Amino acid sequence: MEPFTPFVGRAVLLPAENVDTDQIIPARFLKTTDKAGLGANLFADWRYDAAGAPRPDFVLNRPESRGATLLLAGDNFGCGSSREHAPWALLGYGFRAVVSTSFADIFRNNALKNGLLPIVVDAATHERLFALAAAQPAAEYRVDLAAQTLALPDGTAIAFQIDPFARTCLLQGVDELGYLLGHVPAIEQYEAARS
Amino acid sequence: MPRTLLDKIWDAHVVAQEPGSPAILYIDLHLVHEVTSPQAFQTLRERGLKVRRPDKTLATVDHSIPTYDRSLPIRDALAAKQVAQLATNCQEFDVPLYSPETGRQGIVHVIGPELGRTQPGMTIVCGDSHTATHGAFGSLAFGIGTSEVGHVLATQCLLQHKPKNFEVRVDGQLRPGVGPKDIILALIGRLGIGGGTGHVFEYTGSAIRSLSMEGRMTVCNMSIEGGARAGLIAPDDTTFDYLAGRPFAPEGAAWDAAVAAWRRLPSDEGATFDRSVTLDASALEPMVTYGTNPGMAAPITGRVPDPAEVRDPAQRRALEKALAYMDLQPGRPLQGQPVDVVFIGSCTNGRLSDLRQAAEVLRGRAAAEAERLDVVFREAGCEWREPGCSMCIAMNGDQLEPGQYAVSTSNRNFEGRQGPGGRTFLASPLTAAAAAVTGVLTDVRSLM
Repeated sequence: MEPFTPFVGRAVLLPAENVDTDQIIPARFLKTTDKAGLGANLFADWRYDAAGAPRPDFVLNRPESRGATLLLAGDNFGCGSSREHAPWALLGYGFRAVVSTSFADIFRNNALKNGLLPIVVDAATHERLFALAAAQPAAEYRVDLAAQTLALPDGTAIAFQIDPFARTCLLQGVDELGYLLGHVPAIEQYEAARS
Repeated sequence: MPRTLLDKIWDAHVVAQEPGSPAILYIDLHLVHEVTSPQAFQTLRERGLKVRRPDKTLATVDHSIPTYDRSLPIRDALAAKQVAQLATNCQEFDVPLYSPETGRQGIVHVIGPELGRTQPGMTIVCGDSHTATHGAFGSLAFGIGTSEVGHVLATQCLLQHKPKNFEVRVDGQLRPGVGPKDIILALIGRLGIGGGTGHVFEYTGSAIRSLSMEGRMTVCNMSIEGGARAGLIAPDDTTFDYLAGRPFAPEGAAWDAAVAAWRRLPSDEGATFDRSVTLDASALEPMVTYGTNPGMAAPITGRVPDPAEVRDPAQRRALEKALAYMDLQPGRPLQGQPVDVVFIGSCTNGRLSDLRQAAEVLRGRAAAEAERLDVVFREAGCEWREPGCSMCIAMNGDQLEPGQYAVSTSNRNFEGRQGPGGRTFLASPLTAAAAAVTGVLTDVRSLM
């Protein structure tokens, strides 16, 4: 995994609450044995009509959304299934972070393991970000994981919390499998003690 | 200090924990299926790793495999490739695979318990959020992503933060026509679909104790729809009676030792929970969902709620959007709503006891004669399919047409879950069978 570096980018506003993983990437696209290529079908049933043509009213199809790297979403983002295809699809599209008041547990874990940053903000900040994104769709934000800040165009920095272990892994580009493999002697000891 | 069931299982499985890091949690059983595992096996291949404990790993095909005649080839090339890939991976990494030819293939959360692989006190994971099902046996079971599937394959461990304890107490006696599915839909309706986030539900109380293992599995299965990664029910004689004699259950002296250990698992007197909620089972009615998440549920005797009566603006918008998708009129009674398709199946309600209940309604009398349930269903005009996730997930050819209404015994009524544009009413097998008889949403008690 690449180390997570600070980035500046525009945001897409998706005000729906409880966005479930079946919306993020419908199950019929899970018949793949790869991680790549899922971005084209991110939010497929909201993004395309039955004939596969883009729905012009859906936010990802608006010209100002092109190249956005931050997704501003409603409460309880990523609820539903355990499919890691959800963060793969978001990353494949180009998102690097999602902002919400809360994330479903499995989605958050999956996102962190792939370098997609789930940023949790309080309800008041969330409302403020929504208002800003609605008023200024071209506004740019700066995400700095080391500083744990989300900076607004006027320079205001919003601090966010993140699990310190996950933060270290992201900043160093280290994956958890490496960490676990480093503990194989302890695992062997545990297995020996139980058998 | 008194400990909960969760505390006890957790403590027994922590391999190591460094300060500031999550615990390294040992996994006793890893269930694998075709959809969430290929990329994990690929990771192992790329890093030159083996499956650490094939003996604690079990694979089957259920999600993308079609449910039509298994003697026919799989028509969908992508699904065929995925199913073949699992066979290749299992062979290469020495993982036991219950393919259709073995006669043991089935929905992963149905076969684990049926074979006796699922046992009290275990930690169980699978790349599937409905792994929570296995908590019915007093095992800590939860869904994981594909990266974590790779972690468990390679190390038999996961990095985890301990979830919080949440007691869901259900006392009282269920009335006729009301069952475990109605308990869990009522609970999610009350807590909301994010209500259990960060927690594990432990279901307690007399109504839970009186449920069969199948009923307990239905309740635990949908814990994730309430936001909890896992649901637990303390093991008791019902659990042990179910497990005794199953192919992978311990035997003889090992069985006695196991039961003695399992009897020590229930939460201690005085153990504390971070949160708790109570439900009165005797007040419950058959439940049905009207919206696009499992928390949007109401008694079958109720009406479609009116967004105008919802104060919170975000919730009002969500309800408006859901009712627009479902094309339901606020204030209309739920009973009588026309239905195009009835789906009885899935890891939530696709077990033998579920089929028996549904058959009872379809035949209007108790199913008997060495079961022959397939005949009962076929004679009632149903299709009888091979084991698989089928129309719960609409990635295997079984799906709704756009605009169709289904009563489904599955677990998710999200937009498009049963096919793009499809509309789902979640309900129990009894309520589903009642709708199959009448063609409209029906209070099953009117047929009993």
